[in-house]
Amino acid sequence: MTTTRHESEERHEAAPALLEVDDLEVRFPVYGSGLLRRVVGHVHAVSGVSLRLAERETLGVVGESGCGKSTTGRAILQLVKPTAGSVRYRGEELTSMSSAGLQRVRREAGIVFQDPYASLNPKLPVNDIIAEPLKVHRRWRDGGPERVAELLRLVGLSPEHGNRYPHEFSGGQRQRVGIARALALEPRLLVLDEPVSALDVSVQAGVVNLLEDLQERLGLSYVFIAHDLSVVRHISDRVAVMYLGRVVETGTREQVYESPSHPYTQALLSAAPWPDPRQERVRERIVLTGDVPSPVNPPSGCRFRTRCWKAQEVCAEQTPELTDRGNGHPVACHFPD
Amino acid sequence: MTQSFDMPLPSESAPAEATGGEASVTTGTESVHTAKTLAESKPPTDEEVLRVENLSVDFPTDDGVVKAVRDVSYSLREREVLSIVGESGSGKSVSSMAVMGLLPRSARISGRVLYRGQDLLAMREKDRRSLRGRKISMIFQDPMTALNPVHTVGDQLAEAVLAHSLVPPRQARERAREMLDLVGIPQAAQRLRNYPHEFSGGMRQRVMIAMAIINNPDVIIADEPTTALDVTVQAQILEKLLEVKDAVNAAILLITHDLGVVAGLAHRVLVMYAGTPVEVGETDDVFYRTRMPYTAGLLGSIPSMTSSHGERLRPIQGTPPSLINLPSGCPFAPRCPLADATCRSSEPPLAPAYNPGEGGRRSEGQEDTDRYTEHLTACHHWERLASVEDPTTFFRNGGQNP
Repeated sequence: MTTTRHESEERHEAAPALLEVDDLEVRFPVYGSGLLRRVVGHVHAVSGVSLRLAERETLGVVGESGCGKSTTGRAILQLVKPTAGSVRYRGEELTSMSSAGLQRVRREAGIVFQDPYASLNPKLPVNDIIAEPLKVHRRWRDGGPERVAELLRLVGLSPEHGNRYPHEFSGGQRQRVGIARALALEPRLLVLDEPVSALDVSVQAGVVNLLEDLQERLGLSYVFIAHDLSVVRHISDRVAVMYLGRVVETGTREQVYESPSHPYTQALLSAAPWPDPRQERVRERIVLTGDVPSPVNPPSGCRFRTRCWKAQEVCAEQTPELTDRGNGHPVACHFPD
Repeated sequence: MTQSFDMPLPSESAPAEATGGEASVTTGTESVHTAKTLAESKPPTDEEVLRVENLSVDFPTDDGVVKAVRDVSYSLREREVLSIVGESGSGKSVSSMAVMGLLPRSARISGRVLYRGQDLLAMREKDRRSLRGRKISMIFQDPMTALNPVHTVGDQLAEAVLAHSLVPPRQARERAREMLDLVGIPQAAQRLRNYPHEFSGGMRQRVMIAMAIINNPDVIIADEPTTALDVTVQAQILEKLLEVKDAVNAAILLITHDLGVVAGLAHRVLVMYAGTPVEVGETDDVFYRTRMPYTAGLLGSIPSMTSSHGERLRPIQGTPPSLINLPSGCPFAPRCPLADATCRSSEPPLAPAYNPGEGGRRSEGQEDTDRYTEHLTACHHWERLASVEDPTTFFRNGGQNP
């Protein structure tokens, strides 16, 4: 099945990264309440995000709500039009691509959404849900029903259950249906937007294992967006940490988790609770004060400076660039550790 | 009545937050605010404030009787944090709502809920209402739905005071301001005039905490208090919970699904599955000497922060049973890698997870203190868990029998 495709297809060994995102920017207009509904400002959801994803790699994107991680995921697939910047999939620029071109690309790049209750049409049986991408992309004629059954088996569901409706499945099973649908067109890249956040931990673990198996078997690349630090650590090869629309630190998972260099990453990791009582009872935990500022009016310079214990005047004046200090572990901070 | 509150002066805890924290001070020296941990907070006393005995809750529905809670018993001491852990549908919230008397009339509740010896379930509604919100208070998961959107925060906080005591409104409002200060809301006096939607999620949850402690309660029931919050805000709120616990000497019943939160905050843990407690004990016992396969399965499902790459998670197979049609025998048996014929035919009682004569710290005549140290499990095969180093390994390879 799908594995054979990768074997048969000629692949350029020295090909560029599967996905390259440069200075991606997404702004949403904010309208006034007056009669003319004038634009009174912008939500700076994503401001200059650059990411690289190699084949068969998992890039974890972590951050708290409102940091722009989901918008980044959607902007990569052009589900949200980026305001500026470039997204290249296998060297092809997506931001300026025609809709016909995008349709072709979306065969290879799919998305799995967070909420398995909202992302499946409640009026369609699961078979039809999974068949939909096949029909849209005219793949249904040759062996559509068999393909659907195969996909259900692939995600650990029984094909006999294909006639059931989404409400007859549990949360974890529904998320498997969402994954099966995303796999229908044999993609190479999946954007996973909080795929396990809505699930109970015991179920979550099963879906995480499934995603790992599928990556191994089908040679997939993942952009794994989540707020759960331990899940991201578990599944990712590389990690990008986002704060208020910017990437503040990126590196291999060891670099980010073992030696976090940005104060925000340090605070985030230290705030995450671990299921280890002896350590938790005595562990020093950095507690950030205050809340995340509004993305409509982000702070000047470094966006983290209002909550940072290292902040100095330079942080308000100059925006720290994401700079590599020679170890492949770029950090956007004037005073990195 | 305000004189009776022995709390730290608001000024002690407030300014750090009011200026956005010492963090933002632009001095050369680094100053990081580190959180107070459970080890630093005051230990529990021996005074029992709440005891729940054989609590069961049924909901009759058209499809049959939903046995939401079956035979839950626990007791809670002053300044103690007892955590009830379980996944969705395990009955953890329903059991606490029963304690608060917040369930709909259709619920059939049995058992006893003793607050300092008085049975809340046998009490007249009027008496119960005077305890609720005063001596036993609650923090809900979603502050946006728990707070009234059309009243200012100040009015709602003052109402909580006025509902239980005859004080002048001005005094109630002053009390509200003190509480906002205590939970770390900057410019408390001005914020009293704001509506809930003008607060951020974390700040709203602080308002909920302020409301819960405003009458100096003995028991605070916190139902998933940080589930809706981001991790850095969660850390702030959990620290506040520990602080207010010591400030008012309350016991906290912490209901959560997050074992990480439990590890940092709870003295004791009660694990629920399919409406019934399956393991109870001190936090260390439950985490490090796990004697119930379900608990082991939960622990094995969480990716650890120290695991090496490529290590597999060990999920629990299957899904929890329907509470209308509970399986005969142990409710966890259909998903349990250790289950055998005995498990499928008889439900194991919650019993000590050590053999008689074993366990040095337990001696006769200590029944009362034992209640707070004993380690109970509802498993026929707890000894098999005791015999291995890491019980989560039973869930390896998709939970096939090892």
